[in-house]
Amino acid sequence: MAEATFPLAPDGVSDRVPSKSSSALVRMARFTLVRIGTQAVTVAIAVYLSILLANMGGQVDEIRRGVIQEQTAIFAGLNPEVQQMTPEQKKEHIDKLVALAEKKAGLDQPFIVRSFIYLKDGLTLNLGRSDNMHSDSGSSLVRLIILERLPPTLLLFTTAQMLLFFTSLFMGLYLSRNYGNWIDKVNLALAPTSAAPSWFYALFLILFFAGVLGVLPFGGMVGAPPPSTTVGYALSVLKHLILPVSAVAISAIFAAIYGSRTFFLIYSKEDYVEMAQAKGLHPRTIERRYILRPTLPIIVTGFALGIISLWTGSVTLETIFNWPGLGRLLFQAATIVDTPVIIGVTVIYAYLLAITVFILDIAYALLDPRVKVGMGGSR
Amino acid sequence: MQTLRLLLRYPSAAFGMVIIAMLVALAIYAPIALPYSEAIRLWRGGEGVWQESPKNARPSWYNYFPGVNLPETIILNSQTDPALKQRTQLSDALTDVLFTFNIDYTYDGFPQEVAIFFTSVYKEKRPHVTLTWHTPDGRKIQLDDLTVQGSETYYVAQDTRLARSFPGQPAMEVLFGDPSATKPTPLHGTYTLEAAGLVFEDDADIDAKVVSYGQLYGLAGTDHKRRDLTVALLWGAPIALALGLIVSIVSSASTLIIAAVGVWYGGWVDALIQRITEVNMILPGLSILIMIGALYSKSIWVMFGTLTLLGIFGAGIKSSRALFLQVKESPYIEAAQTYGAGSFRIITRYMIPRIIPTLVPGLVGAIPGVVFTEATLSILGLGDPILPTWGKILSDARFNGALFQGHYYWVLEPSVLLILTGLGFAMFGFALDRVFNPRLRDV
Repeated sequence: MAEATFPLAPDGVSDRVPSKSSSALVRMARFTLVRIGTQAVTVAIAVYLSILLANMGGQVDEIRRGVIQEQTAIFAGLNPEVQQMTPEQKKEHIDKLVALAEKKAGLDQPFIVRSFIYLKDGLTLNLGRSDNMHSDSGSSLVRLIILERLPPTLLLFTTAQMLLFFTSLFMGLYLSRNYGNWIDKVNLALAPTSAAPSWFYALFLILFFAGVLGVLPFGGMVGAPPPSTTVGYALSVLKHLILPVSAVAISAIFAAIYGSRTFFLIYSKEDYVEMAQAKGLHPRTIERRYILRPTLPIIVTGFALGIISLWTGSVTLETIFNWPGLGRLLFQAATIVDTPVIIGVTVIYAYLLAITVFILDIAYALLDPRVKVGMGGSR
Repeated sequence: MQTLRLLLRYPSAAFGMVIIAMLVALAIYAPIALPYSEAIRLWRGGEGVWQESPKNARPSWYNYFPGVNLPETIILNSQTDPALKQRTQLSDALTDVLFTFNIDYTYDGFPQEVAIFFTSVYKEKRPHVTLTWHTPDGRKIQLDDLTVQGSETYYVAQDTRLARSFPGQPAMEVLFGDPSATKPTPLHGTYTLEAAGLVFEDDADIDAKVVSYGQLYGLAGTDHKRRDLTVALLWGAPIALALGLIVSIVSSASTLIIAAVGVWYGGWVDALIQRITEVNMILPGLSILIMIGALYSKSIWVMFGTLTLLGIFGAGIKSSRALFLQVKESPYIEAAQTYGAGSFRIITRYMIPRIIPTLVPGLVGAIPGVVFTEATLSILGLGDPILPTWGKILSDARFNGALFQGHYYWVLEPSVLLILTGLGFAMFGFALDRVFNPRLRDV
């Protein structure tokens, strides 16, 4: 579920003890290094698990072996020299070719050894070649396939997340100042609608806007054939973007507004806010300096976690809308058991998530003066 | 009791509870009305199970809308209604079997198809049937002749003679259409389908069943395989509820225990749990489910076992841990230690009960997530191949182009049930959250 609600309790604050000796810069550097280290280990384990899973613990290799054997036999059969051999000679010749091909594919080593080679390749983004899939430019390099699919995913989910984040932030602030008014009540009543994921609302949106009214496209990213001019292309993409972005927004917006409104309400009851009010400061100033500033780290967390949860939800939404992104790529790869692509996408996801979490940690340390860095690895 | 009174102060909680009660009632009614094995048999829909129902038919209540008068399915069976069949002995070896099927047609749309299911008994010589169609305005349309072999099915749409005499015209418009109208409109009145059969043996016989497939069926309509959607709509309720409850209870309870153990023992136990959680949070959960579905098994139990496992080491463990860290420092824990309580006793009797109230809202709120995950997997084509669930209906509808072809009932019926379930539990969970979380109570 795509939710961009802010966590009410900033966890990790309570168990961080200020370090005594070193200066702020050294502490920051050490903290960063420790975080990079732990994140790297975490990513490695996560990727290794997906390698085991995507290879079915080595069973996919049997399929590969079979394919190699069959292809080699067919290929050798076309060779006139081989055709003249005796059956024994032929068999020996083919076996030799198969062994060579298997060695070339690395299949002569046991799976456990290869799984670590895969891990190393994956982590160094040496993603290899796909078994059956191709990029639009015809390449079977997993790296190129993924690079081709990444921009659409980023476009869709960054747009949606920006929309969600800023709407919920400002609506939340507004409602926390005016809580109990009719907008607040309507929003509160609508908040449970976020129980349904974005693809669910996507079905209704497609049904109504594409099916009944016929004003927006059923799916895809650009019209067919793609417009030749840049402006035309951009407009076409924009038109295709409306429904998926709306689906994401509808599925999360009310709960997000509710979350941020409740969050701001709790923080606007702090003594220092009341103090500022007593001083007669302008409400705008109070909002900016006394509510937004101290809650900034938590808001940033909410933003980052929102992006993460949207990424994981991308598979279904992209499949429903035929959006040519990473999520749909992963789904296509999984249905035809294209292991290199599955692992490639998982690696990219793991890296994206790990980098987000890492940036979050650093941002947290920089933004929140109460979080004293130095005791790394507690989150 | 007090909690209940507090809860009822929120209209959304009352609304949520009403929905949940209705769902529970539906879930109890489903196995009573339609036993599990029967539901599975119907949903699998083997040979002949859904012979008499139309394809992609809308629900019958469509006709209650003003101005809508879509055809219903008309079934005439000579086995149950002997008056349709007239047997005349012509000679020793020749018997005439005449079927007269009168179809009263007063609808505004065309039937989907007219089929005749023949069953015959003979020893060597196969019976012969000649089909003729009489329209209310007195026209006579000659249809195919056929020899009936055992049990045979005849579809008007596949009639060769009709296709030859009216090339390019849809068969139903030829049979039911008003020839004087410019636009294809059905002629109202009584149509007669005459099937003149000849059997060549003494004790040979034929029976026929005419089905004029309408565009409406039952309470919920049918899908592309002619299956009655009520089967899956009905059985979706107990399956969704059972899954939602089991997965959310098992994973919340395990999360709670694991977090408590980690906090109590601290050190490497806690560190290990934290690391596992971090790894799990980096693994894209849905992708793992997709991989398992595509590579290993689509069984709903495997999928939900995995979902539970992934759910145990989720974000919940972090927030439970933060709470337990506070509880661990409470004086009453220290007191328990002083009187000599062991770790097990402290965890199960002192720590966990303290946190359970804060767990309840999350647990209730997690149920819609599980229900929708089933639907998500189904819509990706990874749903359980046997079980009739709401998600399966949605995925069938999507894969068979319900959205493009305007079969909106097919999408809307399961969606309404899904969203009601989601709303019911989410609203209840929201209200519970406010009751159990005093910080939220007055805001």
